[in-house]
Amino acid sequence: MKRPSLSFLSRVLAPLRAAYESLPPPVRRWTTPMLLAVFFVIALFSPSFINLYWQQVLIYVGINIILTASLNLVNGYMGEFSVGHAGFMAVGAYVASILTVWVFPRWGLGEYVPYLFPLALLIGGLAAGLTGLVIAFPSFRTRGDYLAIVTLAWNMIVKSVLENIDAIGGPRGFMGMQKLTSVAWVYVWVIITIYLLRNLVYSNFGRGTLSIREDEIASSLVSVDTRKVKITVFVVAAFFAGIAGGLFAHIIQFINPRSFSILKSTDVLVMVYLGGIGSLGGSILGATVYTVLLELLRPLQVWRWVVGPLLLVLLMIFRPYGIMGMREWRFLIPPEERVETVAALMERIRRKREAVAAPAPAGGSSG
Amino acid sequence: MPMLRIRGLTHYFGGLRAVHDFHLDLEPGELVGIIGPNGAGKTTVFNLITGVYRPTEGEILFNGHNLVGKRSDQIVSLGIARTFQTIRLFKNLSVLDNVRIAHFARASYGVLTAVFRLPKYVREEAETRERALELLELMGLSEQATWVASSLPYGLQRRLEIARALATEPRLLLLDEPAAGMNPGEIAELMELIQWIRQRFDLTIVLIEHQMRVVMGICERIKVLDFGETIAEGTPVEIQNNPRVIEAYLGEEAVV
Repeated sequence: MKRPSLSFLSRVLAPLRAAYESLPPPVRRWTTPMLLAVFFVIALFSPSFINLYWQQVLIYVGINIILTASLNLVNGYMGEFSVGHAGFMAVGAYVASILTVWVFPRWGLGEYVPYLFPLALLIGGLAAGLTGLVIAFPSFRTRGDYLAIVTLAWNMIVKSVLENIDAIGGPRGFMGMQKLTSVAWVYVWVIITIYLLRNLVYSNFGRGTLSIREDEIASSLVSVDTRKVKITVFVVAAFFAGIAGGLFAHIIQFINPRSFSILKSTDVLVMVYLGGIGSLGGSILGATVYTVLLELLRPLQVWRWVVGPLLLVLLMIFRPYGIMGMREWRFLIPPEERVETVAALMERIRRKREAVAAPAPAGGSSG
Repeated sequence: MPMLRIRGLTHYFGGLRAVHDFHLDLEPGELVGIIGPNGAGKTTVFNLITGVYRPTEGEILFNGHNLVGKRSDQIVSLGIARTFQTIRLFKNLSVLDNVRIAHFARASYGVLTAVFRLPKYVREEAETRERALELLELMGLSEQATWVASSLPYGLQRRLEIARALATEPRLLLLDEPAAGMNPGEIAELMELIQWIRQRFDLTIVLIEHQMRVVMGICERIKVLDFGETIAEGTPVEIQNNPRVIEAYLGEEAVV
């Protein structure tokens, strides 16, 4: 492996890792789910010991993780360049808000809105995914900068369309949402998103996606239906952006078209390239670091908006792979895909075959 | 009825005629070589067969299927695989993933099955993993299964590219200058390998090659292209003694 090593982080985490390795296998098997459950309980009770401001920061971190991980699918894993993620977020935000503010109460479900919130988010996500399908269909006829131009236009179109529909507030925005997004909810959605995306990444589609980034022609010449993969991945990314939009609308309780401008899309891009392309762990890291950084830079006032674009330029030049480009945290790799599991399986196959027949000429261990 | 039947295949790049009136009938199990000087249109023929380019004119039939107008992935799924003149592996991915990607068209589960990790996905993935590893073992790449493809030595990268092509379960394999950049020892290994996979996987093979030693050594039939035209066809011995070939290929005074 030729990639730069994560020396600093791994040194910090080494003792923890050693402690983990010393646990008996059945305990190890349940460590991650147990930790996730413990964190959930902490998230559930966080309002009683974290002040409102930091709760909000945590919620933004979570929303940004969902946005970053989903955009990473397109820009990192697939190697395309989509710059309009905020457009899909807007669709999700408006659809979910209209559902919880108008539709559900009008159906006499007003008091159940908190319970219907996940449904509203899902419908918002599906709406965003549907618009993603409409964008993806013509965009993937060619490769390269074309997608960037189309998604840029898409982001601007969404903003102006929203500004011109008076029924949903036009440029003044849409309000009346209850504060339904809590730390616990965001936490749950982040876990769901990362889990589902991980499954996708380590599937046939995930490998197809990676192969498109590596060499699209070679990819189609080993039977990958590149068009199907591209559209699928783009729609999945749009879906999760929609979910994030719904969560976002129900924490700030006021959305307007400007919340979903190209600036927001740029933020997501920065988080993707900061954390690292082709890495879910990187997305978590990038979203967290960048969100907290922007909060800490509040004293800079408007100047902090320079940080994002500047960081993006610097990253592209000096560290195009980001913090953990194309590497993954171990706990995010399915057990059956980890190096030692594959090596063990290989060993078993080799032993099974050694008794039967000889391998290909001049092959074997040498190289 | 031949396995592959090419009639009147012609292709223009703008005003340049890269291939003209190319014919080929391939019977199952044959090993045919295509030779010719640089720019003779050999690789273009492969690109036309595999759907990378759409021919200007002509007909390509594979086991009764018309290939003209089909997408590359559809053509590969019908049973044609190829390797490339310059190695085109998925460099940043593992050796195992390189081979598993070639299982793409055979996986029958959908996105939702994958995302929710349903039993069908788990079962098929386990099967794919096992079969890919078996193929790697067979091809002598077992030690390197978890390596990043770009970290393989050159000879093994060639070998992996052949393994990846085999993973699509082809009936017909198109090898584009597999011996390019190899030393004599590696070339001997390669010739042995090609004959071995031909037996083992019951393949029909078309081989583009500059190394005369390889072509003359293992091909039963050879076609010679020059400036897009087929100038000769025959057994290795016939080709070696054909004056037009000697002229086009080696210059008039060369001694074969």
